[in-house]
Amino acid sequence: MARILMKGNEAIAEAALRAGAKHYFCYPITPQSEVAEYLARRIPEVGGVFLQGESEVAVGNMLFGAAATGKRVFTTSSSPGISLMQEAISYMAGAHLPAVIINIMRGGPGLGGILPAQSDYFQATKGGGHGDYRVLVLAPSTIQEAVDLTMLSFHLADKYRNPVSLIGDGMIGQMMEPVEFPEKYEEPELPPKDWAATGCKDRMPYIIKSLFLDPVALEKNSHLLQEKYERMKEEEVRFELYNVSSKIKILLIAYGTMARICQTVIDELKDDGVQVGLFRPISLFPFPEKQILKEVSRKNVEAVLTIEMSMGQMLEDVERAIFGAKPVHFYGRTGGVVPSPDEVKKQIHKLLSTDQGSRPRKRKA
Amino acid sequence: MTRNNRTIFERPEALYDVVTHYCPGCTHGVIHRLVAEAIDELGVREKTLGVAPVGCAVFVYNYIKTDFLEAPHGRAPALATGFKRLRPDMIVFTYQGDGDLASIGTAEIIHAANRGEKFTTIFVNNSIYGMTGGQMAPTTLPGQVATTCPMGRDVSLVGYPIRMAEMLATLKTPAYIERVASHTPRHIVHAKRAIKKAFTYQLEGKCFSLVEVLSTCPTNWGLTPAEATKWTEENAIPYFPLGLYKQPDEMESD
Repeated sequence: MARILMKGNEAIAEAALRAGAKHYFCYPITPQSEVAEYLARRIPEVGGVFLQGESEVAVGNMLFGAAATGKRVFTTSSSPGISLMQEAISYMAGAHLPAVIINIMRGGPGLGGILPAQSDYFQATKGGGHGDYRVLVLAPSTIQEAVDLTMLSFHLADKYRNPVSLIGDGMIGQMMEPVEFPEKYEEPELPPKDWAATGCKDRMPYIIKSLFLDPVALEKNSHLLQEKYERMKEEEVRFELYNVSSKIKILLIAYGTMARICQTVIDELKDDGVQVGLFRPISLFPFPEKQILKEVSRKNVEAVLTIEMSMGQMLEDVERAIFGAKPVHFYGRTGGVVPSPDEVKKQIHKLLSTDQGSRPRKRKA
Repeated sequence: MTRNNRTIFERPEALYDVVTHYCPGCTHGVIHRLVAEAIDELGVREKTLGVAPVGCAVFVYNYIKTDFLEAPHGRAPALATGFKRLRPDMIVFTYQGDGDLASIGTAEIIHAANRGEKFTTIFVNNSIYGMTGGQMAPTTLPGQVATTCPMGRDVSLVGYPIRMAEMLATLKTPAYIERVASHTPRHIVHAKRAIKKAFTYQLEGKCFSLVEVLSTCPTNWGLTPAEATKWTEENAIPYFPLGLYKQPDEMESD
């Protein structure tokens, strides 16, 4: 298929349809409303359900009800809206239901702003709602990758019977780039959805629930969830290396739009004869801990610089992964401010001009 | 079976043969049975999905023998919307109490009714939060004592009880809305008719349907079952008048 120029939000919407997800619930919020506007026209063509709910609380729960049919369902929103959906996400996780929740992040906390940010990392990767659960989280850095990961999200949601979240910042949603869709979405075979509520003909009724008043039964459900997360850690870690070699002294760690800016920085520094590498986590949960430690453990790597469009959230996972093996530095802008390549370069030069080993981590905002 | 030994009353197929967990004098059990009878009589058990609420009736799935989803507090209409939209061929009902439907889930029920979602809601109104231990509900009557209004509901502080059937009936979207009661055999017979009618409207794909059933909570009202019946007659029904509030075939003037 030919490459077509598309806005991120619309490309994500089309990708979902191509992955067989034809049922969508939404509530308007900037900067992702184009997804709903695109699907309001497209879904009637493909014969699915498009419904604008009365709130994100309701939309999350419509998704919950729809997920119980066993069909592929999804919603998109942005930070404050995702906060309101946490109730339903927690219930869906507890009830082992697959659904895809796409968060085109904007600055927070509170009403925050409408410009790109990465400040929902904690919420996305650490559970978000109440209870012992996790959501599988993927973070694209280009529109093409947003397309590919959106399609993958539905597969993974079904594979684990667990909510999957794709988090992109406002830049991913609003930017236009050429994208290519596969003729047919190819995916490994999945087990039959024999858990779906389809009416109790020829079987005992199903009860899709998350209430277990017996503490031992509730603990057992938590163990079942934990087993899935351990399996994700084995099978679903995704990341990309850029210019990582025996020549680099500094390893950048960044995801999403921020990683893309870092790639520009790396290319420009290369022209100046300075070698810097990038580790880009694609799956934020499961987080590529072992893989980061492996790259950081290279003898030539003297320091790590984590860069985020937040005050330092993924930073905590990076520190946990590295566990003091090398100094970890941080640079971040937030509130909708996107660091420029020059700003990042300045941070790298500062690090290169000082003795890394003896210097404590310093947060900058 | 001999001619003189004819079965005239038995457990509906849509009810499990189990011991109830509801308190003596509570009418949840009666209402569960009415729903089960309606499901049986319409022959839809194998294509029905119930949505359980939060509260005493969360365990409705231990009694009614159909597929079930368990909703967060108040969100049953949102779950039912999502499910029914994807499976219009199935019969979907929510079973919700007054704390669930008239307080935390007010937005969800109003908008589901306003969209004309083709599912059925059984709204059980006993004027109190039962499972959490008798706190004031949006339907607690003026002066009625509850654990969070120990001096009785003071309408100057918390307003008057909400009449949901009346409020929902103001919506222009066609719907079937009726209020019935469950404290005497006569009322139960009437409630059964309304519940079956609600499911029938859904089966015909006609409209959203809601039956508000006034019920009893002797435990949290601090009354005996017999006193609770009397209290319903003397206090609940005068404030929440029984009757038909909306029919789908009503002509709209504009």
